[in-house]
Amino acid sequence: MASQSQAQAQAQMHAQSLMKLDNKTSKRSNMLLEQNVSRPRRDRVGLGAFAFLFAEIIRYSQNRVLGIQDLEAKLNEIGQRVGVRMFELSMWREKTVHREMRVLQTLVFINTVVWRALFDKQADSLERSTENDDEYMITDNEPAVLKYISVPKEMSSFSPGAFISGIVEAIARCCQCPARVTSHVVPADGLPLRTVILLKFDKEVMDREKRLEAGK
Amino acid sequence: MIHALFIINRSGGLIYSKNFTQQVAQLSSNEALIFAGTFHGIHALASRISPAPKRDSVKDTGIQSIDTKNFRIHCYQTPTGIKFIAVTDLLQTKLSGALNKAYTLYCDYALKNPFYNLEMPIRSEMFDTKLHQLVQSH
Repeated sequence: MASQSQAQAQAQMHAQSLMKLDNKTSKRSNMLLEQNVSRPRRDRVGLGAFAFLFAEIIRYSQNRVLGIQDLEAKLNEIGQRVGVRMFELSMWREKTVHREMRVLQTLVFINTVVWRALFDKQADSLERSTENDDEYMITDNEPAVLKYISVPKEMSSFSPGAFISGIVEAIARCCQCPARVTSHVVPADGLPLRTVILLKFDKEVMDREKRLEAGK
Repeated sequence: MIHALFIINRSGGLIYSKNFTQQVAQLSSNEALIFAGTFHGIHALASRISPAPKRDSVKDTGIQSIDTKNFRIHCYQTPTGIKFIAVTDLLQTKLSGALNKAYTLYCDYALKNPFYNLEMPIRSEMFDTKLHQLVQSH
């Protein structure tokens, strides 16, 4: 009998502590969910959680494509859906009155504002291609979204950064500078995931740039 | 000094094996598989024959290390049943810290890698490099 009441008391205590725990977590998750979207510094997502989700996106896409190019195209498309929304959000957060339309301003916008919102840092470099005037490169030495990904040797041409290039492509289009965006893994010393996002702007964009340049 | 590391999955299959020094013989893949299977079996039996009282809180976890004259085999079993086995020299008395770190690497660089299939051999460059760094720093 004594042991029974003891067990009961124990169960009660256990339930109470559970309730306490529950209250605490729900309070915390409420805080997270009810945060204001305008405060970009506070709303961070766990990288681990994102890594699992992203891995599942890649696996899901991989089962529905025929080749590596198809897979990249699919990831690019998913990235574009993110990019369109990301653009809207960063424009609203930046509270600027006008939208960038010149190529260079667009690139700087992507390089700084977008990268800071997505990865909490600026991209590591922004360069113009020496061979073609209409090609620009954004380099990230360690893209956070790819941190845990190792591409197997038989798929060595696959660049998981296609997701990021999709985001960039959508934003460039929203800025009235449509471009063909691809991503390439270019490993450097100690940076196996160094990714270069290559933007090749459409011909009419470059023509417009020239006209604007001449009109100045 | 850690000479070699093995990872055995829940069902006793070898999913990773790597030598870090030249001092240990390179097992053929067949031998390595037999080693993994045998160790898995002995480990399970060892926890069965334990004379410790069978209460959940003090349940014996099986073999933690095997000593020989020249080297020592350490085993760290995760709560989920994956075994990390290290072959070291006799100076290493306790290796659970380092093996726990290897477990962290497994969780990060194998499980979060979209190209890794559960319970299958680990083929991940990132995992290799990080594990190498861990062994070097140890």
